[in-house]
Amino acid sequence: MSAANQLAALIANMFATGLLDDQFQQLQMLQDPSAPNFVSEVVTLFCQDGERIIGELAKQLDKPSVDFDRVDAFVHQLKGSSASVGALKVKNTCIQFCELCQQKSKDGCLKTLETVRINFYELRGKFQTMLQLERQVNGFPPNN
Amino acid sequence: MAAAVATETPFHVLAVDDSLPDRKLIERLLKTSSFQVTTVDSGSKALQFLGLHDDHSPVPVHTDQLDVAVNLIITDYCMPGMTGYDLLKKIKESSSLRDIPVVIMSSENIPSRINRCLEEGADEFFLKPVRLSDMNKLKPHILKSRCREHYHQEQHQQSDSNSDECSNPTNTSSSSDSSSNRKRKAADNEEILPQANRSRHS
Repeated sequence: MSAANQLAALIANMFATGLLDDQFQQLQMLQDPSAPNFVSEVVTLFCQDGERIIGELAKQLDKPSVDFDRVDAFVHQLKGSSASVGALKVKNTCIQFCELCQQKSKDGCLKTLETVRINFYELRGKFQTMLQLERQVNGFPPNN
Repeated sequence: MAAAVATETPFHVLAVDDSLPDRKLIERLLKTSSFQVTTVDSGSKALQFLGLHDDHSPVPVHTDQLDVAVNLIITDYCMPGMTGYDLLKKIKESSSLRDIPVVIMSSENIPSRINRCLEEGADEFFLKPVRLSDMNKLKPHILKSRCREHYHQEQHQQSDSNSDECSNPTNTSSSSDSSSNRKRKAADNEEILPQANRSRHS
């Protein structure tokens, strides 16, 4: 299977399994010759930002006395950026997470953080494959 | 007035958002819609860029800031420190900035929040994620504010302006010439203005 076909199949699969929603298509529409790397740039920023936020969440929930407002603020950030890139599954997990913050449930939050982590890294892995395939399609050899 | 049709100076939008992916997105949306864009990651940086100190007094001699007029400000609502609402208030309290249209973005659809912003003078409220189609709503606000200033300038100066329509969107710092005490109401639709390209005929 060519890289282009693999890429198309991967993206289709991500839509079909609810990882992505139509906001991702909006991003694709914004890419053109004047901004040929737009999607990969946004995706990369999202992944870096997501990792940072998850780290912060772990830190906040590790405190003896949890500041749920701060936790909620971080979840809100991740929810926002997932919505912006079309990361549907991660976004929905964040919505659940927000509710648990409202309830001030430390256990609930810790559990949901794990789910967020799993979903985020699942998405990130697929995004990384996507970017690799895109590089191949554009004529670059696959890196690492 | 020379009809410089080919190279119209693009409108300049200042975008404020603390989220990096969101900043990237709004920048691309705006550029795709032919706006010149500056992005900052906080309300205080936005005020700095606009030449305003926290105490509302304009920064004196920062010519590089004064040279760059801002035609519209689009800001996220939820930001640490100064929220988009706080920023909106400071802009509306400033005689030099209050005529710049302000658009608020938020990922949350909270009617009381939306109303509060509109009452404070925001021209538009976008639900995130912002889409390309939302960009079409920006130019009318820019043109409306320019026309209003143009009209007020004519009133005050009684000059021999030969243009009834909005003038070509050159990058003049028009906001400082505006007449004072003009509280902008958000939902006024007294002037339904055409798209920017129509106004180039003069």
